[in-house]
Amino acid sequence: MKDYKAAFDSERSTVYTVTRLNRQIKGLLEATYPYVWVKGEISNFRAPASGHCYFSLKDERSQMRAVFFRSGHRLLRFRVEDGLEVVCQGRIGVYEVRGEYQLIVDRMEPVGQGALQLAFEQLKEKLKQEGLFDAASKLPLPACPRRIALITSPTGAAIRDMLEVFQQAPCPLTLTILPVKVQGAEAAGEIAAALDKADELADDFGWDLVIAGRGGGSLEDLWPFNEEVVARAIARCRIPVVSAVGHEIDTTISDMAADLRAPTPTAAARWVTERLEDIVRSLEEYRSRLRRVVDQSLSARRKELEFLARRLPRPRRRLEDSRVHVDDRGERLRLASRRRLEKARERFHLLEHRLGAHDPRKILERRRELLGQRRREMALHYRKILDRHRLALQKCALKLDGLSPLGILSRGYSITYRMPQGEIVRDPSAVERGDRLKVRLEKGSLECRVISG
Amino acid sequence: MPRKKQGESFEEALGKLEKIVEAMEQGEMPLEKAMEAFKEGVGLVKFCHGKLDEAENSVQLLLKEEQEGWTTEPFDSSSEDG
Repeated sequence: MKDYKAAFDSERSTVYTVTRLNRQIKGLLEATYPYVWVKGEISNFRAPASGHCYFSLKDERSQMRAVFFRSGHRLLRFRVEDGLEVVCQGRIGVYEVRGEYQLIVDRMEPVGQGALQLAFEQLKEKLKQEGLFDAASKLPLPACPRRIALITSPTGAAIRDMLEVFQQAPCPLTLTILPVKVQGAEAAGEIAAALDKADELADDFGWDLVIAGRGGGSLEDLWPFNEEVVARAIARCRIPVVSAVGHEIDTTISDMAADLRAPTPTAAARWVTERLEDIVRSLEEYRSRLRRVVDQSLSARRKELEFLARRLPRPRRRLEDSRVHVDDRGERLRLASRRRLEKARERFHLLEHRLGAHDPRKILERRRELLGQRRREMALHYRKILDRHRLALQKCALKLDGLSPLGILSRGYSITYRMPQGEIVRDPSAVERGDRLKVRLEKGSLECRVISG
Repeated sequence: MPRKKQGESFEEALGKLEKIVEAMEQGEMPLEKAMEAFKEGVGLVKFCHGKLDEAENSVQLLLKEEQEGWTTEPFDSSSEDG
């Protein structure tokens, strides 16, 4: 710097040519800024056929020209575009001929997210716009994957883990490994080529599924599966592709482009075996359902047949039935007739009875009977009356007897009658001397004459 | 586009099988038809089992032979260098 200052001083009165001044400016600037980091926003970006990137780097107030030569930006993971906020490392270069200076960029990093991250976002957006991730473009997955192409490293943990899981499959599997690098610069190309190979050889080997993947690692490690070539190869492939990259939390562009994402290679293998187990189980189920429904159907029909057969009138049965029928009817007939007969008999008796009630002989008989009865009754009554009278008479007689003068006689009294008239003499004056008297004594009478009185 | 397999594919067979079983379970099938359906169903089950067992149980490594194009050799997972 000192030299130039001295030179300026000594030549202050000199009149420069444009070239000379430009050259000096070039020398000054290029020496002063051989290595700078500049932060700014990209604008006016152009990338002509040469492949070099020309753009302006600007901030709120000013801008500066910049160029990123192909050799440098070829290695960039992300796409350089307007509006991108970047940090560039480079040097100032002066293009003497036009008196312009620019920043010659050696390295460029996005501000904010990492370069890889940015590249990821950019590619994701681009392919999404193209429809590479559309559900409609996904191939249907095979129900029964048995021949599988595995695109992975032949020496990694991934293949070991997958084979271990595949051992458990319920039916034989034919696995073909298409060995590839799974990290580093060549990986993406190899993986894409392998996918194309799988597509090409599909008919010969009969693969029904491709699993492309690798074990876990950093974003850098997994980067091949975020590359455009791989994504496009996956989309192109006519066989369904399962992307099985890294750990559960990693999602790569391949995952989005594939027809199925498996969180890890082991998960992919497990998906296959589970699918097959489901199929085997389904088949068993179908088989037993078929059998069951046929058995049920047959059994139902058989029952129905037996039932009908039982109801079918066999001849002997028929005869027996008829016999029973006849007997039954016969019995009922008998009962009915008897009942009728009884009824008739009753009726007859009733009528007979009623007729009998009017039979003259009967009437006579009855009357005779009645008469007899009455007679008897009468006799009875008569006797009764007679008895009653007799009794009364007896009573009277007794009474009479009691009152009988003759009774007195038993006591020694006598009744004197004046004869011939026979008047009873009570008074002695009633008689004269010499009257004939009858003296009744108890036990007889005395003929007497009055002596005195 | 998945490549077309000759004859009936596994998926088609499985689909038919499901339909047959469901139809039979509906009831209402006349006896002859039910027997036919059963026969077909059992046949499909056999077919599917056959397909499952069709593949050879093997693990192969695809190699590129310079002259002969692509070939395979058995893969020995224990022979890796980590």
